[in-house]
Amino acid sequence: MYDFAYHRPTNLADAARLAKEAEAKLMAGGMTLIPTLKQRLAKPSAVIDLGAISDLVGIRVEGGRLTIGALTTHADVARSAEVRRTIPGLADLANGIGDPQVRNRGTIGGSLANNDPAADYPAAVLGLGATIQTNERSIAADDYFKGLFETALKEGEIITAVHFPIPEKAAYAKFPNPASRYAIIGVFIAKGPQGVRVAVTGAGNGVFRVKAMEDALAKNWSADAINDITVPASECNSDIHASSEYRAHLIGVMAKRAIQAAG
Amino acid sequence: MAPRDDGIGAAVRRKEDFRFLTGRGLYVDDIVRPGQLYAYILRSPHAHAEIRAIDTAKAMRAKGVVAVFTGADMAKDNVGSLPCGWQVKNKDGSPMNEPPHPPLAVDRVRHVGDPVAVVIADSREAAKDAAELVEIDYRPLPAVVSVAEAIKPGAPQVWDIAPGNTCYDWEIGDKAAVDAAFSRAHHVARIELVNNRLVPNAMEPRAAIGDFDPASGEYTLYTTSQNPHVIRLLMGAFVLHIPESKLRVYAPDVGGGFGSKIFHYAEEAIVTWAAGKVKRPVKWTAERSESFMTDAHGRDHVTRAELALDRDGKFLGLRVSTLANMGAYLSTFAPCVPTYLYATLLAGVYTTPAIYAEVRAVFTNTVPVDAYRGAGRPEATYLLERLVDVAAREMNIDPVEIRRRNFIAPDAFPYQTPVALQYDSGNYHATLDQALKAADWAGFPKRREEARKRGKLRGIGISTYIEACGIAPSNVVGALGARAGLYEAAEVRVHPTGTVTVFTGCHSHGQGHETTYAQLVAEGLGIPIENVEIVHGDTAKIPFGMGTYGSRSLAVGGSAIVRAMDKIIRKGKKIASHLLEAAEADIEFKDGKFTVAGTDRSKTFAEVALAAYVPHNYPLDELEPGLDETAFYDPKNFTFPAGCHICEVEIDPDTGVTQVVNFTAVDDVGRVINPMIVEGQVQGGVAQGIGQALLENCVYDENGQLLTGSMMDYTMPRADNLPSIAVSTHTTLCTHNPLGVKGCGEVGAIGAPPAVINAIVDALSSYGITHIDMPATPQRVWKAIQDARMKQAA
Ligand SMILES: Cc1cc2nc3c(=O)[nH]c(=O)nc-3n(C[C@H](O)[C@H](O)[C@H](O)COP(=O)(O)OP(=O)(O)OC[C@H]3O[C@@H](n4cnc5c(N)ncnc54)[C@H](O)[C@@H]3O)c2cc1C
Repeated sequence: MYDFAYHRPTNLADAARLAKEAEAKLMAGGMTLIPTLKQRLAKPSAVIDLGAISDLVGIRVEGGRLTIGALTTHADVARSAEVRRTIPGLADLANGIGDPQVRNRGTIGGSLANNDPAADYPAAVLGLGATIQTNERSIAADDYFKGLFETALKEGEIITAVHFPIPEKAAYAKFPNPASRYAIIGVFIAKGPQGVRVAVTGAGNGVFRVKAMEDALAKNWSADAINDITVPASECNSDIHASSEYRAHLIGVMAKRAIQAAG
Repeated sequence: MAPRDDGIGAAVRRKEDFRFLTGRGLYVDDIVRPGQLYAYILRSPHAHAEIRAIDTAKAMRAKGVVAVFTGADMAKDNVGSLPCGWQVKNKDGSPMNEPPHPPLAVDRVRHVGDPVAVVIADSREAAKDAAELVEIDYRPLPAVVSVAEAIKPGAPQVWDIAPGNTCYDWEIGDKAAVDAAFSRAHHVARIELVNNRLVPNAMEPRAAIGDFDPASGEYTLYTTSQNPHVIRLLMGAFVLHIPESKLRVYAPDVGGGFGSKIFHYAEEAIVTWAAGKVKRPVKWTAERSESFMTDAHGRDHVTRAELALDRDGKFLGLRVSTLANMGAYLSTFAPCVPTYLYATLLAGVYTTPAIYAEVRAVFTNTVPVDAYRGAGRPEATYLLERLVDVAAREMNIDPVEIRRRNFIAPDAFPYQTPVALQYDSGNYHATLDQALKAADWAGFPKRREEARKRGKLRGIGISTYIEACGIAPSNVVGALGARAGLYEAAEVRVHPTGTVTVFTGCHSHGQGHETTYAQLVAEGLGIPIENVEIVHGDTAKIPFGMGTYGSRSLAVGGSAIVRAMDKIIRKGKKIASHLLEAAEADIEFKDGKFTVAGTDRSKTFAEVALAAYVPHNYPLDELEPGLDETAFYDPKNFTFPAGCHICEVEIDPDTGVTQVVNFTAVDDVGRVINPMIVEGQVQGGVAQGIGQALLENCVYDENGQLLTGSMMDYTMPRADNLPSIAVSTHTTLCTHNPLGVKGCGEVGAIGAPPAVINAIVDALSSYGITHIDMPATPQRVWKAIQDARMKQAA
């Protein structure tokens, strides 16, 4: 990696100030950032390690919603009794990310800031209609994801937490890439305060909702209700692991499995 | 006496594991030499390009940089070409096309990853920083990556000296006899298949340190090698022109090789040469992505084959035509893999009377391809065992039954095949029966029915394989084009107190030699295993060696140890006869004691050793003091492990995901020295075999860019891809080596792939699917089902 300055602020205000510096890079678990640095694909002037800001870690249920601090690791979400009780599908999703090392380091805030088109959390955040809290504002999931590695975050803006409305039913079904184990297709389906929502990750340049499935499921909550609904292959990516036709097909299969898992 | 718990046949815990499990192993990258510098190698980003100019001036001035070298600098020093160790001949007897292979490319690069320049600096990061300042002017050229494209008229030419990109066009067998067999055939079964290209991915990436001592003029190369003496010979004699006496090659602990660390690589020559130039040690360690584009790959065949059968399903003749990808350069043993390690195995375990195979080896703009666990034999086995299954299905004969009808009978040994090999022993019916029972073959229909109720397609597949290990004998392989001998050396050094150090020319890079060999020696000399140390990997300590590959370490290396022990015992008898005042002929050696036959008068092994080193009461006139013997063992023949693998899969038709639910391996590996180590070797081999069948695939795009250049895209098998594997053995002894051993390192990777694919085809047979290429990824299986449904609907 190239040389950079390293900061480890202990409060959000200091972090925000440091993050305003041009070419500075925030670091949470480092699971995405560090490989990027090692491959010399990024040349930040400074790395601001958020790891010492304890306010950003933690899981709590209040006001009818589940709040997860941005620096909370995938492993902590996976084994949280709170998450298991309120949104078991979210705990399952976290438990299916990467491998134990990645789950012990990687964070929900890092995953959402990065917005990898094959990442798992974006499906849950969009599927549950969550709200992303930053040091400056709160952003609805529907306004947050902007396509390939793009989000509504501004330069230096820091995610502090994610608020999830508690659904009646929800589940995630993932078809992992055999090599990387990221999602080739991941479908998160929820029935909750915002109605039925179906969010798909892995298929395209970013997570998206499938309106036709949502409408069908709102009328009839069963796997059979979406039998005839397909996402066109032309909207799906193609690579050596999965053609766009295969991805389109898997959306249907995974959606049904998610409904079955949600009960 | 009770059987020993540390001798032959005992599941002794591996002696080496303490240091490995406690982080005390010593790998090349752990070694830090005083004043050590770091090399970073600039590599071609193009699959094929002309190098028009290289400007290193800016990089030379960068912080921490000691030197920057290019291919021109090496050429100026008369550095030679990386040699190829095997010359294959064309059908017409002319030699293969053998292009040069400079360690750093000169004028032209021929694959992504081809080394172009080396930056040497006082840290890895400084070398990398400076490397960005090296300016290389490339003129990209059209590239060719697949064998099918490479042989087309008008295809880009990788080498001017190899028209049509052909390295060689070779044949074996009796073509006329095969033609005659086909003209008599009742049925002909045909198959076309791809043996997918694999990236070896040893756990430890390759590394090398070159060191030069100006005081003595001696060079040392520390390297991740399976055969340090071979590297010393090739690099010293052909590349750098350093006499053996001035060159030490040391391969300490090596973390896996699977063949990929047999070969002499450019980086070894670069760091050794550079160390001499800068007069300081120079270290290079591959990054994982570098391993992907520089470690020799494996397999990559495209084959068409036909099997002629009579009315009863007896094989009459086999005809095979294979295109084999060599990559851009000839790696050390590349030419022999798709020829003498492949086509000679095409008889399999069957009595096929006439076989003809032709193999065209082809250059492409890809990483060189060479031996990888099994090397040629997995390709032969996969082809044959798939073809036999196709024939069985087409003729409506049970796949087990068709194999039985064609097996070489247990009393037919030695058995001469029509493709050069002579099998010494085996019992294919026995391994088959044992496997059918262990896998509950008879109970399969019930399990299939139960799976169907769960919406899963269940299939079962079998493979009855044979392979050839311990490649031999030297004079025969020499006649076939090998430029090396294939014996092994061992020195057994008995110390004055009766403890023993064994120096072996084989090299353990995960196989557990320090345990298996120690068991042999403990049993052979009747001493406790704690008193035996095994030393390997260092040309400064070991007389000579050809290394470890082709499952040769026990059959060849172990036999050399036995021969050296025989010499020790012979000399020990002479010493004992003097000490015991008895005739030499009356001395017996057993359980660590030299005894006068029929008496209780004896001397222990340690007493004899002491007498040899403190020769006060000793026949000095007739016998030299000391007890230290060396033996070179040249095998009389290959050994022929064989067996039966049975695989059961379940396929989810909605996603195409295949899960291996049962896997049974019954292997005849000859005498088993350590059953735990054998089981571990088979498990590991089967894991790699399942990896090839279901997961692993090296993919280039049409421009020669490596699409599977990291673990993000290259699918290594993981624990959850594998079932628990039921491993057992059935022994027939090898008849021609002193231990009766055959070899177990590769059987898993050889036997497993066709068993897996046969199981998948069985599961999909209701769709009319008759073949699926490896790897049977979810996408491929799903697509095959889609296409079949379409066909059925039409
Ligand atoms: C081997 C491996 C396998 C993986 N498998 C999966 C998988 O199956 N599914 C999956 O979804 N993901 C997977 N990942 C990605 C993993 O989940 C990462 O942890 C995640 O993408 C990034 O989280 P992080 O905390 O490590 O972020 P970092 O790497 O520290 O940061 C990533 C990016 O986010 C920014 N950032 C971090 N935190 C914040 C914040 N609070 N506010 C604003 N910006 C911030 C950083 O500046 C950086 O640009 C895998 C990663 C690896 C290495």
